[in-house]
Amino acid sequence: MIPLYWWLIVAAALFCIGLYAVLSRKNAIAVLMGIELMLNAVNLNLVAFWRYITPQALTGQVFAIFVITVAAAEAAVGLAIFISVYRMHGSINVEKLDTMRW
Amino acid sequence: MPADQIVRYIVFLILTVMTLGGALGVVVSRNLFHSALFLVLSFAGVVGYYVLLDAGFLAAVQLLIYIGAIAILILFAVMLTRGLMDKRQSQHNQQWLIAALVALLIFVVLAVVLWQVEWPVASEQALASPNVSVSQLGQELLGPYVIPFEVASVLLLVALIGAVILARETES
Repeated sequence: MIPLYWWLIVAAALFCIGLYAVLSRKNAIAVLMGIELMLNAVNLNLVAFWRYITPQALTGQVFAIFVITVAAAEAAVGLAIFISVYRMHGSINVEKLDTMRW
Repeated sequence: MPADQIVRYIVFLILTVMTLGGALGVVVSRNLFHSALFLVLSFAGVVGYYVLLDAGFLAAVQLLIYIGAIAILILFAVMLTRGLMDKRQSQHNQQWLIAALVALLIFVVLAVVLWQVEWPVASEQALASPNVSVSQLGQELLGPYVIPFEVASVLLLVALIGAVILARETES
């Protein structure tokens, strides 16, 4: 079997790419894409741990399903907020959305 | 090494190129629409990973929810908001270099830590026969995890109503 470490490294790389997208992109939708990448990395970790450490219990898969549920809800609400903001400001550049900054 | 193991390694390598390549495409692509398509490629790679990890149900869920719903939703949002579609403009803010360094640093730290930990991997015998029963997964969801399951359904309902209210055109 493929060593567990390989899976964890791939998940860590995916997480860091997502983190970079969240920190560096200007467009709010691109930031959301980064968050989705990070959630995918976490799910990959959960499933890899299930397969290699507790293959008899199904806890890892159940948790991955809950994470996917939350990701779907978050994407729907997030994109609705972006569309609403776009309608009000004409832009979803996160650098220009500083109305609430003190 | 037996032939099916070699095939597993090759498939893993191809999926890694797909997933990480897609993710890098998301980050560096200037056209947001291309970013969204790269995101689909990355999600498809993760579907392959789940199949390789014997999690068939999760592979189907990933395909349906991430590629079928979330990626399409993102494509719609990209097309509805055309503010930053100008390709001559940089898509990254001024702190991109620091962000890249932070991400790289976290990756290196994670890689070192993950390498040093002695993972309590299950015995060969247990690894050879994982519990892949979907019906038992359903029983787990409606048995020990019934409260989170119901909370998740309420969460989805709230998200549904909230998204509709937020995105609706306001009259006046």
